Amino acid sequence: MIGQAVQVLVDAVSVGGLYALTALGIGLIFGVMRLINFAHAQLIMIAGYAVLLFFAQSAVLAVLGAVAGAVLLALVVERMAFRPLRGADPATLLIASFAVSFLIEKMMIMLVGSRPKGVDFLPMLAGQVEIAGVRLQLLQLVTILVSVVLLVATTWFLKSTRLGLEMRAAAENFRMAEVLGIRANRVIASAFAISGLLAAAVACLFVAQTGLVQPRMGLQLVIIAFVGTVIGGLGSLPGAAFGGFLVGVATILLEALLPPELRVFREAFLFVGVAVVLIFRPQGLIPARGLAGRI
Amino acid sequence: MTVPRDLTSPGGRLVELGGLVIRYGAIAAVQGVDLAIDAGEAVAIVGPNGAGKTSLLSAIAGIVRPSAGSIRIAGRPLAGIALSDVVREGVALVPEGRNIFGSLTVMENLRLGATPRRDASVSADIDRVFADFPILGERRDQPAGQLSGGEQQMLAIARAMLSRPRLLMLDEPSLGLAPNIVDKVYDILRQIRSQGVSLLLVEQNAARAFALADRACVMSRGVFTLAGTPAEIERHDAFDAAYFGVAMAKAGAA
Repeated sequence: MIGQAVQVLVDAVSVGGLYALTALGIGLIFGVMRLINFAHAQLIMIAGYAVLLFFAQSAVLAVLGAVAGAVLLALVVERMAFRPLRGADPATLLIASFAVSFLIEKMMIMLVGSRPKGVDFLPMLAGQVEIAGVRLQLLQLVTILVSVVLLVATTWFLKSTRLGLEMRAAAENFRMAEVLGIRANRVIASAFAISGLLAAAVACLFVAQTGLVQPRMGLQLVIIAFVGTVIGGLGSLPGAAFGGFLVGVATILLEALLPPELRVFREAFLFVGVAVVLIFRPQGLIPARGLAGRI
Repeated sequence: MTVPRDLTSPGGRLVELGGLVIRYGAIAAVQGVDLAIDAGEAVAIVGPNGAGKTSLLSAIAGIVRPSAGSIRIAGRPLAGIALSDVVREGVALVPEGRNIFGSLTVMENLRLGATPRRDASVSADIDRVFADFPILGERRDQPAGQLSGGEQQMLAIARAMLSRPRLLMLDEPSLGLAPNIVDKVYDILRQIRSQGVSLLLVEQNAARAFALADRACVMSRGVFTLAGTPAEIERHDAFDAAYFGVAMAKAGAA
């Protein structure tokens, strides 16, 4: 009984970690640009296909390919789609991100077809380990570990490097940051590169879990993670990560705790929970500070 | 009408505005302004709300691009300079409302002020800020948003000065501050001036600005209605009408 509870908990935390990483990638771009980037899903997707391309050679090559693919696509999208729209209002940016998202997805369907492809990525993590009498999936533990490492690394980067400081300043007041001499292109391109890196990590873990790659992958993750950034507090990075984590955990707990006949409605329960959070804390759980009074 | 005085100093022209027009859609906030500021000079622009003073500063800072006319910084046209490079030309801005980064620490705000600099003396300069303003030193690791209004103003000025500007522009530096704090702010501005930094000051508090400035301009509805030394302007009959007249009418209406 306790063993089962621990298993569900580990499952929940690992899924929460994936959503937290996704939400952090989305939140980073929203922070510096006020852009809700739905094309983040395609960063995950392209990284998934990079894994498909290279996993037979070596796992290391697959991970490197995923990172290179997602970071490159993120930079190309920023340069070609979003840089010309710099300073546009958030609604325009949102619609542009939908356009980019559809464009890449449809192009991928044209190129490789819409059928899912099986990937036996990281099969050595499919096994189970027994810790204190509880059998746990190795992959879930690795997912939790990678999530924690990346969250800590991103936090360190933002807190302790010059570029991270510039990104935080730009997130709070982009105009003032530029007045002080911070170069917008550098900060925004870096944010996109990091979001690509996070998307690649999510893709590797997700592909290892599901064993599938398809042009539509990533969309579900991004939509749920976006909900996470909203309840965490749009514009706040700790809020995004925490909100994403919370939503992921809630998804798994709902699946485990709901009576079987209600399980198909787990997303409905999730969104009721989200609505309740937003009624009581419309600014999110960890709201961003200092977003008012921008010059 | 506008009387831009030709006061070419040995330091040379730092800023030159010619026929500056700034439009926001159908509204013209600035409608043809000429202004020259020499190195080491302190110029005050006073006038009622909505006169176009903030737009003028925003244009010199590169935030707002003029619809017509020219801006030259040390002879170089501003039109070809990116917003983030204006500070590298020696122009620093303390905007209205200060715009410190409230979620960043005092220290981080100051480090951002030194963004254009590559030299090794940045941390020595920051230490000097902490020596001059012990309260900022005590709170160096606290979020700047927790500082009082006066402390935030000191931080905003210190942050701007860390770029080592030739021209420091301040938009309403006394706004919302207690009189004794305003005294302090103006003491600092006097010190900055004595280091040879030019000042361009926008104020509603004309008396304060005039006490500091070499020259003053009265701005109303997008144009300079008067220009001269502060003493000349205070003697001028039109000054009350152009400035206090409007301010008093407002106070009466409120």
